[in-house]
Amino acid sequence: MASIATTPTGAKPRRRSGLGRRLLSPVTRTTGVARWILVAGLLLTLVFVVAAVFAPWLAPYDFAQKRLADGQAFPKMTAPGGDHLLGTNDQFFDVLSRVVWGSRTAVEVVVLSIAASLVIGVPLGLVSGYLGGWLDRVLLLVMDALFAFPSLLLAIVFAFLLRDVLGGTVLADVLGVGVTSAALSLTVIYIPQYYRVVRNTTVSAREATYVEAARAIGASRWTVMRSYLFPNVVSSVPVIGTLNAADAIGTLAALGFLGLGIQPQEAAEWGYDLNRALDDTSAGIWWTGLFPGLAIVLLVTALTLVGEGLNETVNPTLRRRKLVAVVLPPRDEKVRS
Amino acid sequence: MSPGSLPRYIVQRLLLIVPMIWVILTLVFLVLRVAPGDPVTAAVGDRLSAEALAERRAALGLDRPLLQQYLEYLGNVARLDFGQTISDNIPIIDIVRDNGGATLTLALAGLLFALLVGVPLGAVAGRRRDSISDVVIRLFGVITYAAPVFFVGLLAKLFFSVQLGWFPTSDIATPITKFQVETRTRILLLDAALGGDTDAVIDILHHLVLPAVTLGLLLCGVFIRLVRVNMLQSLKADYVEAARARGITERRVTSAYAFRNALVPFVTVLGLQIALLLAGAVLTESTFNWPGLGTRLIDYITARDYIAVQGIVTLFAVVVVLISLLVDVVNALIDPRIRY
Repeated sequence: MASIATTPTGAKPRRRSGLGRRLLSPVTRTTGVARWILVAGLLLTLVFVVAAVFAPWLAPYDFAQKRLADGQAFPKMTAPGGDHLLGTNDQFFDVLSRVVWGSRTAVEVVVLSIAASLVIGVPLGLVSGYLGGWLDRVLLLVMDALFAFPSLLLAIVFAFLLRDVLGGTVLADVLGVGVTSAALSLTVIYIPQYYRVVRNTTVSAREATYVEAARAIGASRWTVMRSYLFPNVVSSVPVIGTLNAADAIGTLAALGFLGLGIQPQEAAEWGYDLNRALDDTSAGIWWTGLFPGLAIVLLVTALTLVGEGLNETVNPTLRRRKLVAVVLPPRDEKVRS
Repeated sequence: MSPGSLPRYIVQRLLLIVPMIWVILTLVFLVLRVAPGDPVTAAVGDRLSAEALAERRAALGLDRPLLQQYLEYLGNVARLDFGQTISDNIPIIDIVRDNGGATLTLALAGLLFALLVGVPLGAVAGRRRDSISDVVIRLFGVITYAAPVFFVGLLAKLFFSVQLGWFPTSDIATPITKFQVETRTRILLLDAALGGDTDAVIDILHHLVLPAVTLGLLLCGVFIRLVRVNMLQSLKADYVEAARARGITERRVTSAYAFRNALVPFVTVLGLQIALLLAGAVLTESTFNWPGLGTRLIDYITARDYIAVQGIVTLFAVVVVLISLLVDVVNALIDPRIRY
């Protein structure tokens, strides 16, 4: 019945592979506003990911290019139009190119920082919650202190230091010192969030029957954590991950704005460009600040929409599922009269 | 004290604060001391001779074992002595005294704006779930939260200061006002008001509008979201159903029953927003050259002054922890369900 009611007439129900269906399930399972929010967010995020991957082909110039191949210099702070669709800034850089290349920097930093905080935070939470004892208490105290610490300040302190520490390491050679130190400063902020969620779920799942059963058949601690607890405690991680990604974009820009982020020759970064643009405002020059700023707003909004959409499907107190309309057979008026 | 009693809860909460602050102090100390190079060389290495540098290191105790330095640092902080900056030899406590007032003024004004705008909008969005006004308000909330304060500030400066000329572009007051107002509390707005100087008060308020709205918009997004979600949940509650069944008008049900109950969890989460408020204040100050602690912090970061950064950051963190404690205690006083 349900499949008949939800499939438009005439269209064959398409079969998706198991993974495809699971990935799309948040979209297919929601309705109305929640679904639109999710789809809009996903599409907008996709635009930025495409810009990040294909930046060398999409951007008209390089992010630190000041002159054409024939040696002719770019004009300084020229208004949008002509050869420079979004104008140039006070460093002779092409604004459009910096915006496009900036999405690559943003995606690199976000992916690296979220991956690193998952790799550290989730296992710590599992071990801490399952083993308990003094390790659990110490970790909990440290993580709570980190969580209570204003996150921007934490990122500032680490960004301030990591630039000196990271020079010459392998990661810094591949991605650049600025990108790596910014990503790792963000990692420090997000570890406590994954730790807390995973630890708390683990503590309540520890006594569940399936864990007891696993222990009864002689599974080691390591096996219980890896094969039984892990798949069950990670369900809320995607929502936190998307919301953290949104937050990471904002914090990265804030670091750049405060002069603690990535240097302009190393990579294009929206926050740094906004800082430079602040001085242009008194002259009424708007294009150097407006476009990088809009890029930040759009990407953060997109990721927040994905997070909100996911949350409404995952969180049962907010969820509204599709309901199949109940159609009653028409009343037979003649029988009554 | 019986379990679940109010005094017991407050004592428990107070006791938790000690290890919390200790961990924060230790973290900041370790992070800044493990860094390569020493604070003196980093801050003034290019200005002084090798002997002078060694002398200053000895004076600061940086040549002693790390453990000894750590214990001394904890002892000093316990006496509220956060040390002196290396780059310009000012006690940290003086920096806080001279610049804290500007930060406080900005933070409170921003909070006030966010409460006055965000809470009513959130309530309306929650009451009319999935309507046009809900979608518009939520989108407004998402965008104001997504927009970095320095971008909103930049746009505000471009439009309202440069284009229209309605508001000044930066600083807390005109130089004349700063010069004329007599120092009493070191909070400029309060000093001007206490001195009965109407022109100065108007001048400061005039400077305050753009920064406060910029900071307020950031919090506004959070408030809309929190109030909306809580409103949705309290509208589903049994007491709302019961009130409707008794024939109480829908308007009264939403305002007196659902809205008031939605505010309880909102006040709880308000404590967590203090960190966001302070971070926003640091960025707003840099955008508008507001002479507060955030601007000073960035100055000292640029000067690579470790002691100053350590002092200001620790102080910020301690303030955040203390305020969230205060919010928790106030909450326990208001809502008996919180003291389990």
